[in-house]
Amino acid sequence: MARPVPTDSTTLETRHARPAHTLARALVPLSGIAVLVLLWDVALSVGEGPFQLLPRPLAVVRAIGELAQKGFLLKHVVASLFRVTWGYVAAVVVGIPLGIVLGWYRRGGMAIAPLLEILRPISPLAWIPLAILWFGVGDISAVFIIFLASLFPLTLTAMNAVRGVELVHVNAGRNFGLRVPELLRRVIYPAILPQLLVGLRLSLGIAWLVVVAAEMIAVSSGLGFLIIDARNAGNRYDLVVAGMVLIGVIGIALDAMMRGLERSKALAWGYTSVNDAAP
Amino acid sequence: MTDKTAVKVRIQDLSKAFHTNGHEIRVLEDIDLEVRNGELVCILGPSGCGKSTLLNIVGGFLPASSGEVTIDGLPVREPDPRRIFVFQERGVFPWLTVEGNIGFGISDLPPKEKAARIAHYVRLVGLEGFESAYPQELSGGMKQRVEVARALAVNPDVLYLDEPFGALDSITRLVMRSELLRIWEAERKTILFVTHDIEESCQLADRIVVLSARPASIRRVVEVDMPHPRDLSSPRYLALRDSILEEIGLAHRI
Amino acid sequence: MTTPAPVRPDDAPPRETKPRALEAILFPAFTAGILVAVWHAAVVLSHTEIFPSPLAVARGVAELARKGVLVTYVRDSLVRVAAGYSIALVLGIPAGIALGWYSGAARALNPVIQLLRPISPLAWIPVAIVLFGVTNVAAIFLIFLASFFPIVVATMNGVRNVPSMFLHAGRNFGLSAPALFSRVIFPAALPRVLTGLRVALGVAWIVVVAAEMIAVNSGLGYLVIDSRNAGKRYDLVIAAMLLIGLIGLVLNLLVGQVERLRAVRWGFNVP
Repeated sequence: MARPVPTDSTTLETRHARPAHTLARALVPLSGIAVLVLLWDVALSVGEGPFQLLPRPLAVVRAIGELAQKGFLLKHVVASLFRVTWGYVAAVVVGIPLGIVLGWYRRGGMAIAPLLEILRPISPLAWIPLAILWFGVGDISAVFIIFLASLFPLTLTAMNAVRGVELVHVNAGRNFGLRVPELLRRVIYPAILPQLLVGLRLSLGIAWLVVVAAEMIAVSSGLGFLIIDARNAGNRYDLVVAGMVLIGVIGIALDAMMRGLERSKALAWGYTSVNDAAP
Repeated sequence: MTDKTAVKVRIQDLSKAFHTNGHEIRVLEDIDLEVRNGELVCILGPSGCGKSTLLNIVGGFLPASSGEVTIDGLPVREPDPRRIFVFQERGVFPWLTVEGNIGFGISDLPPKEKAARIAHYVRLVGLEGFESAYPQELSGGMKQRVEVARALAVNPDVLYLDEPFGALDSITRLVMRSELLRIWEAERKTILFVTHDIEESCQLADRIVVLSARPASIRRVVEVDMPHPRDLSSPRYLALRDSILEEIGLAHRI
Repeated sequence: MTTPAPVRPDDAPPRETKPRALEAILFPAFTAGILVAVWHAAVVLSHTEIFPSPLAVARGVAELARKGVLVTYVRDSLVRVAAGYSIALVLGIPAGIALGWYSGAARALNPVIQLLRPISPLAWIPVAIVLFGVTNVAAIFLIFLASFFPIVVATMNGVRNVPSMFLHAGRNFGLSAPALFSRVIFPAALPRVLTGLRVALGVAWIVVVAAEMIAVNSGLGYLVIDSRNAGKRYDLVIAAMLLIGLIGLVLNLLVGQVERLRAVRWGFNVP
């Protein structure tokens, strides 16, 4: 019995997927960044105006060095990661089971999903006054904001994933005598895993995005705090941009880590995630 | 010792209508059918006529609007592992290997017995060597075999097959038909087989139930008194096939 | 003779009774009603001085409407979103197309995009203020930034994922490059692009509120912060939040309607 032959369903993506050389492959993306940095430097070295207040690339690099030297780099990064972890994990623990229940019990989903859709567009920042009212100023409020920001996308992802499970599979499970708890465990959960992983990755991205906003609530550490404080306490724009760069880099690292997780699962059963379908 | 004449599945006065947004769509009308133990019965009809609905009701996945289905005298209310439904190959769970799929319904067995049974059915459907393969690595025909093996592994009384070979190419379909017969001879289950393919029903069935277009009712039940293997060029076979073509109202020439 | 809707038994839900369209409205309304009742009871029973009851919030909305502030602020927020979002569209879609088509450009610029994307638009606030001061322009700049990346990425993916089959067919029929683009590539990419547009609009709405909390003096975001700072008017805070949520929902539904248009419906699982 022969292995199945792939049909001609190639796209631009698959056709361009083979660069000539691994070295060239690594160089091209790096060159893009290099060009950007160059443009940045050039733009700042000519001309006048408020633009000049922004730091040049070298200044930013030096600023990062300064932070590392004074021990602040580690302190701020860890603080931000700490808050994100707590908020995100709480959202996972609450949101995914909730989403699964809402997806499985159609009427429950119908009753509650629209309400979630109303809460979702409310910027996490808009929750700050309430957060402060309930939890006071500080870490708990910040974690609460991150929790909220990740909760809605996670719940909705889980809900939609459950709704999208193929009826054949559910029926097959029922046919073999599975009751609801077993159905959820042995059919629904494995079936939604790929979508869930994508949702987890995207929600982590959102959580990381929001940590900056969350840390504006009078906490005294973290990359978001660094950015705000550096400006307020002395217009240290080199530190501001340093903070931004660090946020970007860690964001990429977190995303890459989650993609790695996705890929290891994907290899197991050939599920291909819809490439970057949502940013 | 299975009693060949006992009635296994009895369908009485079965009717079904769907209600969508205020419209009533009548799909099945007064279906009456008896399926005997160990029989292979084909339900034949054009696409969309309601035969899949009929099978779903018999399998306990949908309730009837009126009438009743009984198996061994007991009414059918919900799906049951004693009567396994074989869908087209998309019913195979993509997150389990071949072994995992086949063992799905027998997870309660002691490990040794479970492994032995899985091995037996892997051999029976001819998938040795692919035990650890995932469905996405398999062709359509192979996935279909996995699904049949999975169904057989729980030792059901009745098998329902809903156009199981519909997604396969015609050559594979011919192969799969003889495979099904081979497996059926080995483990004599009662089989209810839904198809739109006239040749298929003539090649496989002990009895052919010809359904009309929607709302479906039984036009005719044809007894096929031919032993297997059936000679597809024999006059008897051709006469059978032609009579069904005529029943459905189709020409002999294209 | 009217043709009835095609019946596909495989699509029937595990439970036979399909919820009706009316239930889709009644159920959430009913749940909302219960939540409001619980909220009201909680406020009354706890004798809280600060947290407003639903009634207080409703009165707060009426007050805003009376003062004319409601309409002005909503308009301000929407205008900012419209401005930033439109610029993002105008710049983002061509950029996405270029990146999708020219793989070399994609490989060079993708890391840059991936690097800039996780940086919250809020982190750009100091930069925005430096460049544009505490003005509308700063807010619009932030909205543009926030919407730009989802649009570019979605467009890029849409173009990259057009099946070769379609391109071959287009060339087979003798289409020139521009024609191939407008008649094959763009329509084929449209569903993905629309998804990106929907996401970008959602992000834009979230960011405008955030931007208004920090950088400008009007709009719903400003209302949230100001109501608290200028007198702990939590009734207005919650009123503003509810308005933000409702408008966000409406925006989302509007884009959803676009997705239902026949020209693009094929790309979505529209029932």
